[in-house]
Order: sequence, then C-alpha cells, then structure tokens
Amino acid sequence: MTQCPECDAGVQLKDMIEGEIFTCPECGTELEVTATQPFTVAQAPKEEEDWGE
Amino acid sequence: MSSPFTLGVFYTVIRPEEKWILAAAEARGIPVERLADDQVTFPLVRNGFKADLVLNRSVSHTRSLYALRFFEHYGVPTVNPYEVVNLCGDKVLASLRLQEAGVPTPRTVVALTPEAALKALDEVGYPAVLKPPIGSWGRLMAKVGDREEAEQIIEHKSALGSPMHSVFYVQEFVEKPGRDLRAFVVGDRVVAAMSRRSEDWRTNAHLGGTAEPFAVTPEIEELALHAAAAVGGGVLAVDLMEAPDGLVVHEVNPTPEFKALTTATGVDVAGHIVDFVAEVANR
Repeated sequence: MTQCPECDAGVQLKDMIEGEIFTCPECGTELEVTATQPFTVAQAPKEEEDWGE
Repeated sequence: MSSPFTLGVFYTVIRPEEKWILAAAEARGIPVERLADDQVTFPLVRNGFKADLVLNRSVSHTRSLYALRFFEHYGVPTVNPYEVVNLCGDKVLASLRLQEAGVPTPRTVVALTPEAALKALDEVGYPAVLKPPIGSWGRLMAKVGDREEAEQIIEHKSALGSPMHSVFYVQEFVEKPGRDLRAFVVGDRVVAAMSRRSEDWRTNAHLGGTAEPFAVTPEIEELALHAAAAVGGGVLAVDLMEAPDGLVVHEVNPTPEFKALTTATGVDVAGHIVDFVAEVANR
C-alpha cells in the first residue's frame, strides 16, 4: 500500500509490475509503478508531441 | 527447436500491450531484458546489455529512431527495424513509399510554409484534413471546412513555433461509412482486424472510438500485406478507410497498440508478436 501523490488516497500493488501505468481509483490521475518492493508510485510521464503508435 | 535468445523490450511505459508481451515471452520460456527508454544509455561501442533482439515498444518517435539506429549499429536485429519506423513514423515519408509501391492512399499534398499550405488546401479541396507529419492518436489533427477555417488553423499552427508544425500534410477528407478499419500485420499474416467507430470524425481508439471485430476479407488481407511489405514489413497496424472508390490505406503504424483489438477479437496478438520475434531471432 502506498499513497497517490496527487490525492493521498491509498493505492494497492495488486498484480502490477514496475513501469506499469494505472489510474488512481480516487482521483483519476494516471500513475506509474516506479518500484514494487517497496511499492512506490509517481505521476505517469506526460504525453509528448512525438508520442504515438 | 529454436535456440534460446534474450529478448530486449525497449519501452516507455508498461501498458496492457507490454504486459501481455512480457507474459507471452515468459510463457514461452524466453528471457527478457527490460530497456526503459528514459534510462538506457547508448555508448558508441556496445557495452553491458544482453539482448539478442530488441522489440521496440517506445511510444516516442524520436527515442525509437535513435535507439533503433544504435541497436542496428550494435548488430542487434530489431522489430521493427530503424528504416521501417523512420518511414512509418513520418506521414510524408510513408505516403511517398506507399505511392511508390502502388498502394491506394487518400489524395495528399504537402506544403512547407503557411502560405503554401493554403494553396495545398485549395488544391485538395474542402473539407480537407490537416495532420502533423509526426505524431498520432489523432493529436493536433484538424478537419478544415473552408478557406476561412484554413487561415485560422494555419495561423494557430504557425504560432506553435516548432519546425514540424510548419510542415503541412494535407489530405482529402474521405467520406467513409462512419468507421475505419485496422488490419494487424505480423510478418506475412494479418492476424486480426477490427473496425473503429466514433462520433468524432477521428476514429482513434485513443480518442474513445469503439472497436468491433472485422472479418479479414481477401481484399483487406492483400492490401494490408502489400502496404506492410511496401514499408519493409514486420509488426504493423495498417489503417484503412472504405472510400467510395474502394479501400485506401491512410496510415501504417510501426509501434502499434493492440489492447482494443485484442479485447474486440479475442486474438492473442501479443503471442503472435512474440512468436514472430522468436522467428526473427532464430533466422
């Protein structure tokens, strides 16, 4: 369990892996798993102009 | 029996697609080296990474190009290769290649200054679509209804300042039946196809377009494989529109997403990609 950096809500690791993107269930901010042991998160990287498929 | 190899996955973030790819590799006993595009460094002489082949899943066109060129320099094959990503990631280069190969595409005119862009729009006729040459997910695309709108949009794009916003890729607005099609090519096969519908004129799944499975007709298969081969082949999502005179290819995506396609069709796209990558590694 850790906290969303945006709204401080508790978020759980579940079966996520490092680098995975997920949405904070409380505030909807897109977060990235930065480590799993211990579990840490940060805001997901912002989309840049040359990003795409 | 294939020989063991280490698969490098070069990525920006882990989305469902990348998670499925990692799981598919694990299920096949293929060791994976994760290469985060914001962490890896590239010396001129290969040093310290294990991958025998790299699957590019970076969403950044710039990072992809430099990294793929480095991997090529190190003698490591990549899916897709540098040249394929270079071509497909730039709509101007992709259109030229598709046209050279005889693949039907929407009528397109390119202009290199705001003044010429107005002329290009007049040549194509209204409504037209104005796209940045690089970038996707429907971002910064504009449907231009008439000359007045054209002048306003071009002024706004010029104000963005970047040299890439001074390259104007102008395309006819294709009257399509409220959907476009995506054929997912892996090697020499179309593994799945879907249609995308949207209230918006842009049908990108990223913008909330809804995906439905679509039967791969011989015509779609032939055209998608032709387009994929034209740009060099590999793992490619070929986007098609049903124009009044027949199918046209408007984009070939070199680092395609496939979450919506997998969900809509039930096809294990990630599994097909990893099988293809293993085949390339063992060539």
